Amino acid sequence: MSDLRELYQEVILDHNKRPRNFRAIGPPSQKADGFNPLCGDKITVYLRMAGDVIEDVSFEGSGCAISKASASLMTDTIKGRTLQDAEDFFVEFHRMVTSPADEPVELGRLDKLAVFAGVREYPVRVKCASLAWHTLRAALEAKQDVVSTE
Amino acid sequence: MTAVTAVSTPREVFDVRRIRRDFPILSERVYGKPLVYLDNAATAQKPQSVIDAMVRSLTVENANIHRGVHLLSERATRSFEDARAAVRRFVNAADAREVVFVRGATEAINLVAQTYGRTHVGAGDEILISTLEHHSNIVPWQLLAEQVGARLRVIPMNDAGELLMDEYVGLLTPRTRIVAVVHVSNSLGTITPVGEIIAAAHARGIPVLVDGAQAVPHLTVDVQALDCDFYAFSGHKVFGPTGIGVLYAKRALLEGMPPYQGGGDMISSVTFEKSEYNIVPYKFEAGTPNITGAVGLGAAIAYLERLDWPAAQAHERDLLAYATARLAAVPGVRLVGTAAVKASVLSFVMDSVHPHDIGTILDQEGVAIRTGHHCTQPVMHRLGIPATARVSLAFYNTREEVDALIAALGRVREIFT
Repeated sequence: MSDLRELYQEVILDHNKRPRNFRAIGPPSQKADGFNPLCGDKITVYLRMAGDVIEDVSFEGSGCAISKASASLMTDTIKGRTLQDAEDFFVEFHRMVTSPADEPVELGRLDKLAVFAGVREYPVRVKCASLAWHTLRAALEAKQDVVSTE
Repeated sequence: MTAVTAVSTPREVFDVRRIRRDFPILSERVYGKPLVYLDNAATAQKPQSVIDAMVRSLTVENANIHRGVHLLSERATRSFEDARAAVRRFVNAADAREVVFVRGATEAINLVAQTYGRTHVGAGDEILISTLEHHSNIVPWQLLAEQVGARLRVIPMNDAGELLMDEYVGLLTPRTRIVAVVHVSNSLGTITPVGEIIAAAHARGIPVLVDGAQAVPHLTVDVQALDCDFYAFSGHKVFGPTGIGVLYAKRALLEGMPPYQGGGDMISSVTFEKSEYNIVPYKFEAGTPNITGAVGLGAAIAYLERLDWPAAQAHERDLLAYATARLAAVPGVRLVGTAAVKASVLSFVMDSVHPHDIGTILDQEGVAIRTGHHCTQPVMHRLGIPATARVSLAFYNTREEVDALIAALGRVREIFT
């Protein structure tokens, strides 16, 4: 059994309690809604773009500690980055949370996002960690439909 | 309601410790800790006698039913029909021909919507359900409403999770063609006044379907005393296997309903011009049924008939009162669903901790509960919450297990504060 503290690290608990960029952007240049039907988590990701730079990014919604902290850390990470950077982060983050739990984490540039490596031990929680990222991708593509983790 | 009738074997004195030994999975350990299984509303555990009956069915009498001339087929047919007879006794139906085997409560409701519903509900008519319904008693009616141009109407509930009966009566109109209502709410535990609901509908000539999936593991169900027209439940929630369930329907209604699916066993003769349908209930059982599942359900019913059922119910009531008091005393915990009359299902939320996080932490302590919307999104919407943590008890649970739950909730607080 893995220690619950591996999953609920201080950074995650802190971002759950005091989520960063937890607000709407009005009017956003792009936004998207995400939904996890398994647990009812809902999130809206707002973007303000300047060319291909993410000038501002924020989120609103309700969800578990993992999904909220993931959204919070995601916005912190990609603010001021380019579209391509955000896409690269998405790919690396997704690879990390879906890799086998016994493999070492390839940190790459994930930095603080590595706190989510613990979800690999909890297969049903992987979707909680990745909901914000899927929603971000939809917002970047300016998809108007609700994205779902299912 | 009256007690289960026609008990063939003497009842045993209720002793929860001995009862637990009948359910092998209850001695499992998870993460090195004793399993505390409090997710019985999702599915109940199976006694060894059910497992044995299914193994026996596959080991010594596996054959197709209703058509073989050989001995095994005769045995399998007898076991399958014995299971039907057990279900008849279990819900006190007047006749075994009123018992249709289906996959589960969901299929039973879909069957009624697509057969009785398609022939009796038309454009502008109304189908009446309640806020408490599981998605399985909402979506089949929505599908029907779309197909025929009918309108779905909903009995409201109060903050405690009780249906508003005055509003209900007002919702029965000359256009109401059927009332479909839950007997016990899977997310809040409310026991609805189905007797009153049925009486009010019948006074206006409206038939009633009762979704009994969560009622059969807790209550004594007597379909004749209730006078319901349809009663649906799943085998796996009543200590039997998954993939088998029951639609009870009054014989006169069944006789008048068109078939649900076409295929083998539901016909008496087939030519390319026309098929003659089999008699009820076989008309509604197209294809080879879940024979092993039916045998397992029959064994589950036989197990319940051997229990001291009133004592088992008293034990559950004691557990519900104990768990309610203990949960309410946990700082930051708020119970959701506080109906005056309820079964042993306890939904709750906890200050600043999402139910999903509660579920994960409890799991690591060996305590299995359900978290989420429990397939009752309209209930969550009505109460203004996205999800709850849900503890659902069975007669084999103990006060010690409730204590383990409370201790595990302490661990949740420890991590989140």
